[in-house]
Amino acid sequence: MAIDTTAWSRRRILKTGAALGTGLAVPHVFVRNAWSQNNQFCNNPTGGNVVLGFNVPQSGPYADEGADELRAFKLAVQHLNGEGDGGLMKTLKPSSLKGNGVLGKKVTFVTGDTQTKSDAARASAKRMIEADKAIMISGGSSSGVAVAVQSLCQDMGVIFMAGLTHSNDTTGKDKRRYGFRHFFNAYMSGQALGPVLGEEYGKDRKAYHLTADYTWGWTQEESIKNATEALGWQTVQAVRTPLGAGDFSQYLTPVLNSGADVLILNHYGGDMVNSLRQAVTQFDMKSKQVNGKDFQIVVPLFSELMAQGAGDAVKGILGTANWDWKLDNEASKVLAKSFGEAYGSPPSQAAQTCYVQTLLYANAVETAGTFYPPEVIKALEGFEFDGMGNGPTLYRAEDHQCFKDCLVVRGKENPTNQFDLMEIVKVVPRDQVTYDPSIFGGELGPADVKGCAA
Amino acid sequence: MSQSVMTSQENPGEGMGESPAESHAPRGDGMRGFLASSRSDWLLVAVFAAAILTMPIWLAPIGAGYPDILQKFAIFGIFALGFNILFGFSGYLSFGHAAFLGAGSYAAVWMFKLLSMNALIALAFAIVVGGVFALLIGFVSLRRSGIYFSILTLAFAQMSYNLAYSVLTPITNGETGLQVTISDPRVLDAMFGGVARRGVPELFGMELQGWPGFYFSAVLLILAFFLTLRIRNSTFGLMLFAIKSNQNRMNYTGFATRPYLLAAFVISGMYAGLAGGLLAVTDPLAGADRMQWTASGEVVLMTILGGVGTLLGPVIGAAVMKYLEQIFSSFNEGVLHRTFDFLPTGLQDFMVAITSPFVGEGWQLTLGLLFMIVVIFLPGGIMEGVRRIASRFRSGRGGASPTPAPAGGGH
Repeated sequence: MAIDTTAWSRRRILKTGAALGTGLAVPHVFVRNAWSQNNQFCNNPTGGNVVLGFNVPQSGPYADEGADELRAFKLAVQHLNGEGDGGLMKTLKPSSLKGNGVLGKKVTFVTGDTQTKSDAARASAKRMIEADKAIMISGGSSSGVAVAVQSLCQDMGVIFMAGLTHSNDTTGKDKRRYGFRHFFNAYMSGQALGPVLGEEYGKDRKAYHLTADYTWGWTQEESIKNATEALGWQTVQAVRTPLGAGDFSQYLTPVLNSGADVLILNHYGGDMVNSLRQAVTQFDMKSKQVNGKDFQIVVPLFSELMAQGAGDAVKGILGTANWDWKLDNEASKVLAKSFGEAYGSPPSQAAQTCYVQTLLYANAVETAGTFYPPEVIKALEGFEFDGMGNGPTLYRAEDHQCFKDCLVVRGKENPTNQFDLMEIVKVVPRDQVTYDPSIFGGELGPADVKGCAA
Repeated sequence: MSQSVMTSQENPGEGMGESPAESHAPRGDGMRGFLASSRSDWLLVAVFAAAILTMPIWLAPIGAGYPDILQKFAIFGIFALGFNILFGFSGYLSFGHAAFLGAGSYAAVWMFKLLSMNALIALAFAIVVGGVFALLIGFVSLRRSGIYFSILTLAFAQMSYNLAYSVLTPITNGETGLQVTISDPRVLDAMFGGVARRGVPELFGMELQGWPGFYFSAVLLILAFFLTLRIRNSTFGLMLFAIKSNQNRMNYTGFATRPYLLAAFVISGMYAGLAGGLLAVTDPLAGADRMQWTASGEVVLMTILGGVGTLLGPVIGAAVMKYLEQIFSSFNEGVLHRTFDFLPTGLQDFMVAITSPFVGEGWQLTLGLLFMIVVIFLPGGIMEGVRRIASRFRSGRGGASPTPAPAGGGH
């Protein structure tokens, strides 16, 4: 270091050049090796096992739902492998399931934490696909996450069986060829709930909306608005509230003086629990009279877990649900029994949709006779089935949305136990909630993608 | 804290191996100082580059040898490196760096949508947007120091998050996140007859996903590392260290410190913009939760975990954190049973029962414990641990070796 040369010596140029060249060559070596055994599609299972990836929120606001979804996935895997009592394997019609795994391969699974964040969910799904070689991804407890993971799965050529996601976008403007949703959506909630609201509360009502300020909340608000205005209701005002506000009193204060006699809470999860409790206990809205009518509160999307959180506030409140364990059909009873014996509590609607999605995927693979995704997609598209707890159900080919009966539920006045918080008011038939797939736009994209490229 | 200040104070003079005269060279001579590097610096960069590029091999045994996690290592390495320029060098703790990360992501995705799928255009724009954003926020926030500065940056970041989440939905697509679609205009691609590909970012025809995506990020990480090294060794870097050790003294000697701080803030904002852009390149989607305060906190944790003010520390901290988040969160009881398969059944169940709270959904518990251990026993982060081991090893051998440990970074 005696002489500090500022110019580049020939020696240094040669050395740097060599290092740079080696560095640049490295990728090609790895890329060649990484994909040289590329099969015709992503993660074609070659051994005696097939891997499914269950991507659920294990931390964050929807952790309770995620835990219940995971329980359902584990149960479904047991049943597919011929363990346990078989659950809905026996009731699904038409069924190609054999109870010896899928195509004779034993089903194993990997799990991941979405943290209810798109980034974390996509990273977790990528790990399942790249490192664990998962052939199918399922789960999700929020529409943002579901849409994000669904588009990732489209790029990677891996089928995504959505869990709990209620936004119209999942099978609307953001639908994908590789994504399938069994759960219902905000539009169906509106169609189901509208007539019941008319019967219960009359045609001459004024509604005040509080809406979670993001895409799901907006589609929900729009759907309910359309349905109620068709009845002859007026919408006094629709106020957007920030997600996770915690304290909703500043949004609830103007409601009673606005001339509205119905409050519609387009909230979910913790927000719904907080806003409903405050409306009922702090503002005592349920005992008020406005315009000579009893003041009413409506929560369009209900779930058992939220009802547990809201406690007494939920009594008498109307809403919709995808499924309920108390439904009077054989499959629901079988699933409730099977789940209850395994875990000591009845399955939530999130658990049911995840369980059913897993079985439907396995059934489609058996029907197609191959794991090759385009064939599996063909088997799922337009699949008409029964015996999964929702009555006759159609997986519509145009948007990969399931169409089935929809439930209108009410918080029970006198619950007998902590799992008996809701009563079914009406089972709205499938025809009434079916809509034209073109109203939401979007395109499914190709079935044949260069797998694993993403 | 005092210890880390001490070590970093020693850094610029010692790590450079350059004559002090050159460090204090007038700024007109900056170009010469910028290109001239000592042999140990080149060695450090070479070892660093080799280690980064061979990560797929040596990280495979611990389950991290797949493209996505390695991309995250590289990208968050860049993010933490940039953050360290501000926090580690000048001592200003920003709690809002996620805002620049998110802004970079949105900028890159918009370039993909409007102009071209070429990653370089998107990254350039992401860096610019990150820098401009940092200039605006930094200009206001840097009027205060200490905790007030941190709170201001946190407030701005939360503001950006809420704007991105709902108010600016036409630009950010809100909760769902901004995505690339096949029907986007992509003016430049259309002009040059670019084939409508699948909407995957590329570098002159090479799709930057999977392994190519990792090597692209890795090369940028190495460049970012080199740049950080040069900044640390420059007069500018020395100014930042001086601000960290005693800003008042700097002011009394007649230096205006704020321009230096603002420059450091903008530079680290540009690093964050680059990292955000890279996130969008390897995975063309930008979501608002990249801007959430938890993401800002993450980079602080990464830097402290690895070693504040050191060169390598932030990169290591980022990798450790992403590893915990990705791999530990995926361990369920089945995996644990397989891990402890070699033990007799009773002991196996016992081990599974003991370890299961720390993996799966409990990965954050492990992170918390690790963070506590590091902060209590190694205030200088993982790098301090490396340094202690190295010095013990050297003194154990007797005569102190004159060659500086390349891994030492902060030596």
